[in-house]
Amino acid sequence: MTTVSFPLSRFENESWTARLWWAAKNTVVLAGRSIARIAREPEQLLDVTIQPVIFVLLFTYVFGSAIHLPGGGSYHQYLIGGMFGMSMAGSAPGTAVGISADMATGLIDRFRSLPMARSAVLAGRTIADLMTQVIGCVVLVATGLAVGWGIHRGIGDAVLAIALSLLMAFAMTWAGACAGMLLRNPEAAQAIGFIVFLPLAFVSNAFVPTQGMPTWLRAVANWNPLSAVAASCRQLFGNPNPAALEHVWPMQHPELATVIWSIALIAVFAPAAVYLYRRKALR
Amino acid sequence: MTETLAIEAVGVEKTYGDTHALAGLDLSVAAGTILGLLGPNGAGKTTAVRVLTTLLVPDRGWARVAGFDVVAEADRVRRCIGLAGQSAALDECLTGRANLIMVGRLSRLSGRQARQRADELLSRFDLTDAGDRGVKTYSGGMRRRLDLAASLVATPRVLFLDEPTTGLDPRSRQVMWDVIRTLVADGTTVLLTTQYLDEADQLADRIAVVDQGRVIASGTSAELKAQIGGERVAIMVAPESDLLVARDVLARYAGPNGVVQVDHETRTVTAPVPGGARCLTGLVADLAAAGVLLDDLSLQRPSLDDVFLSLTGHATADPVPPQMERELV
Repeated sequence: MTTVSFPLSRFENESWTARLWWAAKNTVVLAGRSIARIAREPEQLLDVTIQPVIFVLLFTYVFGSAIHLPGGGSYHQYLIGGMFGMSMAGSAPGTAVGISADMATGLIDRFRSLPMARSAVLAGRTIADLMTQVIGCVVLVATGLAVGWGIHRGIGDAVLAIALSLLMAFAMTWAGACAGMLLRNPEAAQAIGFIVFLPLAFVSNAFVPTQGMPTWLRAVANWNPLSAVAASCRQLFGNPNPAALEHVWPMQHPELATVIWSIALIAVFAPAAVYLYRRKALR
Repeated sequence: MTETLAIEAVGVEKTYGDTHALAGLDLSVAAGTILGLLGPNGAGKTTAVRVLTTLLVPDRGWARVAGFDVVAEADRVRRCIGLAGQSAALDECLTGRANLIMVGRLSRLSGRQARQRADELLSRFDLTDAGDRGVKTYSGGMRRRLDLAASLVATPRVLFLDEPTTGLDPRSRQVMWDVIRTLVADGTTVLLTTQYLDEADQLADRIAVVDQGRVIASGTSAELKAQIGGERVAIMVAPESDLLVARDVLARYAGPNGVVQVDHETRTVTAPVPGGARCLTGLVADLAAAGVLLDDLSLQRPSLDDVFLSLTGHATADPVPPQMERELV
């Protein structure tokens, strides 16, 4: 039998770059773990595959005919940008459920007893969830094309739009990771999806233009990060974008607003999630 | 001093609300030995393991594992330890092999080393055939073996096993015992928690009895048994035989200070027998020679309840929910 031994001195006084490299490797291993789980249980992908299709069909054929866009344009063209905004918020509950389920098992004790980077359990999960959102984007584009949506600016702009929505998705998964750390069981994490993220998606310009909302709600919707994502997508896809008529900063500069919102969310929620993870040792 | 001690804990306390899970726990385990941490549910065994494996920061006191402080040098401790907990710490959705490879990669093995180590451990724990199946499909015994395998991936110097056989059937339990014995033969230091006296007896070099978050007695199995009286023989004498003759025969085996108790109601004589099971053949022959007919004869080993009764004066039942009591006996 081969014995694997560790020359302990090799790890003494590691530089911060070595530690960062190690954290990155751990993150890759754990992201791989989450992805391998999905490969064995593809039903975990339902919320990025079937759900967007159902939403697109519901909104284009059921609600769409009743919604009139200020400035004109087809609702089919309008909706898909909003769906990108909605799906990105939708990444958070999935992460929350996954993290709280992990925390409820003994597996997390194993991770915490290994000499691995503390942040890797959370980062691995958020990166795996980002990967599944890439699948979600593909599904969304295909569904959109099927219902008559199209891009009317360059392919580069369309790619930028999708990249921006994935950036927001990544930020939202960190918010989900925090929620997952705070909640004790996956059912509660699931409920948070309805209580927080669904209203977040609806009080935005994702499905309806904000112009018809009461003044205070309209202000909330215009500053909603998901409105920024939806408006960026519409602008970059060359789709109808009534939000451009709103004279508030995020709606005038939706791409920049999306980037700032995403960085701000990551800056708040990523350290908070890691802090909550470390704090488990005190309880 | 710390060089020869693989585990050292002094005055470790951990409180949850009003519950003192650990109330000044002291431990020392010499390198290359097995310590059995024996106690009922709720005694603080798992909390002790969680502190020693850096999962929990103690409120007071300190502990060193493999020479490193479990709080200040937690990362160094993690490089030296393996942990197999009460609940199998495995990813149910992955295969057994994938679980071991993942742990290997997270323990600083290269991809190739991790795969090689996974293969070795799967074959060592008789899981090669099941290695590519989802852990979901594993039986309880297989899960425990895979969990133990996962704790060994990085060839730890100090291994923590939290109730490794609780809930296993007798056969799987025996298999686990064999595995643990071979581990220690390789020089690993093991801290094992258990509710079963016979398990501690079978495996541990030294036993520490834990009650209400403190070590209330420690020593070798023989020392503890001497303290609590060791094994006893109970003879139920047939109605046609003389109870007092049986008493006189048993007295010869009862040791210098042993008192033979006579219960006329049940026609039973009992006495401690320092010779244990080895004295039984002689005892039976002597009883036959004296013409005593038996209705029953039993050798009674001290149970955890007896240990607690004799060490603490209270039964184990206090902190234990009723449905657990049966397991303790």
